[in-house]
Amino acid sequence: MLPILEITGSLNMIGYGLATIGPGIGVAMVFAAVINGTARQPEARGALMSTAWIGFAVVEALAIIGIALAFAIQ
Amino acid sequence: MGPLGLIIPMEGGGADDAHHWPPGVHSFDPKPFFPDAGMDWLNTYLLQAVIATVLVIGVWLWFAKDQRVVPGFKQWIGEQLYNLVRNGIGREALGPDYRRFTPYLVALFSFILVNNLFGQFFLSMFPTFSRVGYAYGLALLSWLLYNGVGIAKHGLGGYLKLMTMPKGVPGPLYAIIIPLEILSNFIVRPITLALRLFANLFAGHLVVIVFVVGGSMLLENADFLYKIAGGASLLMAFPIFGLELFIGALQAYIFTVLTAQYVASSLAEDH
Repeated sequence: MLPILEITGSLNMIGYGLATIGPGIGVAMVFAAVINGTARQPEARGALMSTAWIGFAVVEALAIIGIALAFAIQ
Repeated sequence: MGPLGLIIPMEGGGADDAHHWPPGVHSFDPKPFFPDAGMDWLNTYLLQAVIATVLVIGVWLWFAKDQRVVPGFKQWIGEQLYNLVRNGIGREALGPDYRRFTPYLVALFSFILVNNLFGQFFLSMFPTFSRVGYAYGLALLSWLLYNGVGIAKHGLGGYLKLMTMPKGVPGPLYAIIIPLEILSNFIVRPITLALRLFANLFAGHLVVIVFVVGGSMLLENADFLYKIAGGASLLMAFPIFGLELFIGALQAYIFTVLTAQYVASSLAEDH
């Protein structure tokens, strides 16, 4: 069998893949709300975006902590 | 890999590098220029960072040279790039006092952008920030900036109060809120800033390595079906490269936007 076709390693990565679902949906909801808000009231875009970036950073922190732990815990 | 591998970082080449499979953290090991001298920090990543610094300074000086009232093509391109950061990031986030921070934001954006594009440049082939230390360095700089301007504006006590005690919270809840805000604003912010940049470039480049090295390994196999799969995998590497170009530019933008937002939040009158 080719070495490329062997599957070895840690299940961590599958766990990390599952863990990204949450932040993925979260980031999508943050920006969906911004798009909705901007469509309803275009002049509020600046204020919406500044809140959205902070919210995006907080939500994506989960995915980032996940990838750090997926590599750190073997 | 021979002496050439010291100067030109290569992705590892096919069957004789089979022990490099599967790609992982070891694929990003730096290649020191003088492996025997004990100066491991003198490696390709450092060279890339230095080249990027020189490049960014040089290009912006070149853009700024002999400016005219009616801009020529060179000046127009420079102004468009500069306005993208100044108006799109700085003024949007920081409001009226964005002017002070424009030089830092422009330098940050262009430095990260050039370093990310090194991941697709054929001589380097590794983004500098796929080594986490460089990302930590940049995040530390932004951390010092937003804490520094906050303390300079509000004083140490006022700044800590602004960052850790949001208004309108019932008294007893401060016992929970203050530790959480300290954790969020002073520890999680810089770490996620660094790790977001690092993880995106690291993971993206890992995907490229999987497609290119895996594809070439399949292509060198005798079985005809494996060859087809390998060819498809190599072709698939090109859209991935395109995606990486986009991700590199996007991460440079996000890092700069978040730095601007953090500065804005520490300059705010109330939380």
